[in-house]
Amino acid sequence: MAIWIEEDAKVLVQGITGKQGMFHADKMVEYGTHIVGGCTPGKGGQTVELQGKPFPVWDSMFDAIEATDADATVIYVPPPFAAEAIMEAADAFDTVKGEGVVVCITEGIPTLDMVKAVAFVENRPGVRLIGPNCPGIITPGESGGAKIGIMPGHIHAKGRIGIVSKSGTLTYEAVAQTMSIDEGQSTCVGIGGDPVNGTGFIECLAAFQADPQTEAIVMIGEIGGNAEQEAAAWAAENVTKPIVGFVAGATAPPGKRMGHAGAIISGGKGTAEEKFAAFEAAGIACAKDPSELGAVLLEALKAAGLR
Amino acid sequence: MNIHEYQGKALLKANGVPVLEGVHCTNVEAAVAAYDHLGSKVVAVKSQIHAGGRGKGTLYHPETRAHVMDGGVKIAFSKEEVTTYAENILGNLLVTIQTGEEGKIVNNLYVEAGCDIAHEYYLAILVDRENKSVLIMASTEGGMDIEHVAETTPEKIHKISVDPNAGLLGYQKRDLGLALGLTGAAHKAFAKALTSMYGMFVSSDCAMLEINPLVRTADDEIVALDAKVSFDENAEFRHKTWDDLRDLSEEEDVEIRAKETGLSYVKLDGNIGCLVNGAGLAMATMDVIKLYGGEPANFLDVGGGANEEQVKTAFSIILEDPNVKGILVNIFGGIMRCDIIARGVIAATEALSLDVPLVVRLAGTNVDEGKAILAQSTLNIHPADDLADGAQKIVELIGGGN
Repeated sequence: MAIWIEEDAKVLVQGITGKQGMFHADKMVEYGTHIVGGCTPGKGGQTVELQGKPFPVWDSMFDAIEATDADATVIYVPPPFAAEAIMEAADAFDTVKGEGVVVCITEGIPTLDMVKAVAFVENRPGVRLIGPNCPGIITPGESGGAKIGIMPGHIHAKGRIGIVSKSGTLTYEAVAQTMSIDEGQSTCVGIGGDPVNGTGFIECLAAFQADPQTEAIVMIGEIGGNAEQEAAAWAAENVTKPIVGFVAGATAPPGKRMGHAGAIISGGKGTAEEKFAAFEAAGIACAKDPSELGAVLLEALKAAGLR
Repeated sequence: MNIHEYQGKALLKANGVPVLEGVHCTNVEAAVAAYDHLGSKVVAVKSQIHAGGRGKGTLYHPETRAHVMDGGVKIAFSKEEVTTYAENILGNLLVTIQTGEEGKIVNNLYVEAGCDIAHEYYLAILVDRENKSVLIMASTEGGMDIEHVAETTPEKIHKISVDPNAGLLGYQKRDLGLALGLTGAAHKAFAKALTSMYGMFVSSDCAMLEINPLVRTADDEIVALDAKVSFDENAEFRHKTWDDLRDLSEEEDVEIRAKETGLSYVKLDGNIGCLVNGAGLAMATMDVIKLYGGEPANFLDVGGGANEEQVKTAFSIILEDPNVKGILVNIFGGIMRCDIIARGVIAATEALSLDVPLVVRLAGTNVDEGKAILAQSTLNIHPADDLADGAQKIVELIGGGN
């Protein structure tokens, strides 16, 4: 099973002819992702070579989805055009097949553009947006799998741990920690570090709870906003699988943006302390150091009779 | 990105929001001339810095730290008073609740005409992360610390959430005006001002637009008496005018330079420099240093695809801070390959003749090659297996915590 993205999901790449898009499309093909082509306005009819094989390019997402019956798209479009790329993909998936997953990697999209894009996507209930400003989503398979984003594929292995995180490299850290105790991953979702984004923690937790392959969850948050607190409260009521958590930014000064647009403590709210407390109150086993996530997860698995 | 009150007011005015007449000055003569020009019996002489709490702040001499004057915003009734206040403010250090102990030098002054205030309100427009929409907040308790109002009398704060598809609707403006107890001409004026403010928030890509106080005058006009405006930096590409509004003296020079080279840097007070890829991991690295008894000197994210040159720039920025006694490099290679980072670290330490202890933790893509490169080097580089190991090593190498 896994969540939202099956191992053999058919994936389009928006911005496939650009430097970033082509580089990562190639890495995805190398990993085994079922890339079916891409979309770059004005370059329809061309092909792009990935891992020595030609892949078709379309002018519009409508044409691309009609031609390929794609399940998902990944966006590597520069910030000024990224919100529109999200809306084009959402509209096309909704119109052509009524569903689809839109993964936006782009960092630096204006917040008000995202307010508009998120509302647009929410009006199309069959469409899921992941990101922006995120590493993407990966469902490792027996051999290969579906890597949709920029994460290093080779550090993953198929397994039973679901991972959800706001941060890129910290997600890789969490993956490595699961591997250090011989556990693989069902699906890893990077929800992104922007203040306004698509899929949130709660939707991920709900999907992991419902997914038979997932037996435990690692949840990585960071300072800013209160998504972690809300997710913890929700999990306490709705998630029966063990959850292990970490929050980055305990030493971050207030009022300073820490790299991610959303990672800022404002008005004394959104601190790591507050989030850790919410995790603990919800029965989430916390690691105070990401290098201990593996050990904390192992304990949680043992306590649940899963090891 | 923050701008000054006088700049925010110019923007409000251009967008049709009523503001009082005022003049931006950078010297005492100009302030006195402004008083004459305004022809108002009463004027406000206002310090312009990017921090709140100016009215209740205190001015000190920048070198001797001698007390100069209480209050960074003064009401003047004569030319002599304007002169005194301008002299006391310009070039001196203003310490407010938001600036911290070190305060900020005031280089800009705003001299503004007075008005007959009937009531002070609070109004703010911002992006609501939880509802993923634009939120408008208003209160009858203007001129006060709004966080205090939110804590003690939350019922006095009225909120409306703007549907991004529909925009700000007429009934929302009417309801908010009524909730503030406005009637007649003032109610109409409020709705008009709110329309303009919301329009400005959207068209200028604001992150925050806060008017505290927004006042009703004795003539039932609605006027923005203060303006705190900040922009969403992600939207800079479509606002060419922002460059002119940016006051570099208000920003950390080193943070600006870091940004120009694609690095994200925030200076902190500790003594262990950090060089990390990814914002979340960079924060976690600081946290773990602290957990093992050290104090991080900075946040530094080199980004996803840093090259040798950027690694070198990152090192030189870290080393500019005289407090740095040691450096922890923590890289989880994804797109970024560990062998490239290892070469970058060696090149940088050689070029900068690094003389503080350096601990390097590498993981991910090409980690073995990266570790081999570091091991072959004759430089004094301490390898670490994981983040905890790295943090413990660097804390130990600099001789424990602070």
